[in-house]
Amino acid sequence: MNLPDWDNPAWSESLIRKIKQTAPRELRFMEVCGTHTVNMFRYGIREAIQPEVKFISGPGCPVCVTPTSEIDKAIWLSQQKDIIITTYGDMIRVPGSNGTSLRKAIAKGATVKIVYAATDSIDIAIKNPDKEVVFLAVGFETTSPATAILVKDVIQKGIKNLSILVMHKVIPPAMEALLKDEDIAIDGFLCPGHVSVIIGEKPYHFIPERYHKPAVIGGFKASEILYAIYRMVLQIAQGQPAVENAYRHVVRSEGNKNAQTLLREVFYIGDTEWRGLGRIPESGMLLKEEFSFLDVEKRFQIPELHSKDPPGCRCGDVLKGIIEPYQCPLFGKVCTPLEPVGPCMVSSEGSCAAYYKYGGKTI
Amino acid sequence: MCLGIPLKVVEISPPYAIGELSGVRQRIRIDMLPKVKLGEYVMVHSGFAIEKISEKEVNEMLSLFEEMSKY
Repeated sequence: MNLPDWDNPAWSESLIRKIKQTAPRELRFMEVCGTHTVNMFRYGIREAIQPEVKFISGPGCPVCVTPTSEIDKAIWLSQQKDIIITTYGDMIRVPGSNGTSLRKAIAKGATVKIVYAATDSIDIAIKNPDKEVVFLAVGFETTSPATAILVKDVIQKGIKNLSILVMHKVIPPAMEALLKDEDIAIDGFLCPGHVSVIIGEKPYHFIPERYHKPAVIGGFKASEILYAIYRMVLQIAQGQPAVENAYRHVVRSEGNKNAQTLLREVFYIGDTEWRGLGRIPESGMLLKEEFSFLDVEKRFQIPELHSKDPPGCRCGDVLKGIIEPYQCPLFGKVCTPLEPVGPCMVSSEGSCAAYYKYGGKTI
Repeated sequence: MCLGIPLKVVEISPPYAIGELSGVRQRIRIDMLPKVKLGEYVMVHSGFAIEKISEKEVNEMLSLFEEMSKY
């Protein structure tokens, strides 16, 4: 098999036409995946389907929804003696309290290594037996199975100098929190493609069943995204909201059962804090008791850090879709990708960074 | 962050495999896909193969898009 070019312009054009013809009224949809956010900008999909369909970017960037208090913990840990922080690259520039960040900590002597795979942290721990390696475990269900594998490998290989700051989140409860919020009017969700690879279709059923709105899983190329949007519009036009998988060539209906087993073995589901959305019940993945010796909270005496969000930053309202990024008074003025104030401007998948790069709205 | 890269599996040595795209080879983990076979395409996220890409579904999607673009 050769993989097709899903960016075929003829397909995209026909899908855009169908979306516009089928929409029964002006619709407001939300995507909750940072890769969807960026790709919809890159392909120009946002503009192409307006005014019939307007997309607002939800809490799809894991870095953006990580609360300042967790970032502060990571920065504090990086400043302790004989610590090596391992992390995905996105975390380096995220601002903590008082304008701090891991990047600034590096300038003051902290050792922070970017890893591609979570398990690369093990090689770093083996090569540095006199140091303590701390992995910053951030991400939704696409990423958390890799942390589960890291946990199992650490135990199997008898690694003693590695611990984990667990910040994993589960996306469907955040979608429900948004649906319950009366300030946010959403007609449907474009469900995240690679989170759905892991969790499958079932966790989205509450969306049509309790809220009567479409939930369509979409891929990431132009025609894949547009096809998912077309199916959302069609469901509304036909008055039949449902969970639909428009990324069937990659997402199995039941998800990846091996990954689900790994998650169940290592984590339990508990309440957790989201930046901008507050504390959401059963939306966090936390290490089970038998693995809690790997939790940084057990290994280090982390003091009370008195975290506070950057003054003036409206990332929280951006994450809920209450305002567009350019409506934040800091956007493009004091908050830019080079000098970000809020997390949504840091990660390339953050809504503010995407608007800044592709949005076409200038200040 | 949830970016995925489709790679063709060209070597298997559990829990590792070698995935290839346009001549570039990358070592990946296949813990989540223990039954993957040589020549199959997988979606890879941060070093881990998370799912096989279904040839049957790719072909169905292709025909659907070809059909839709006629009208």
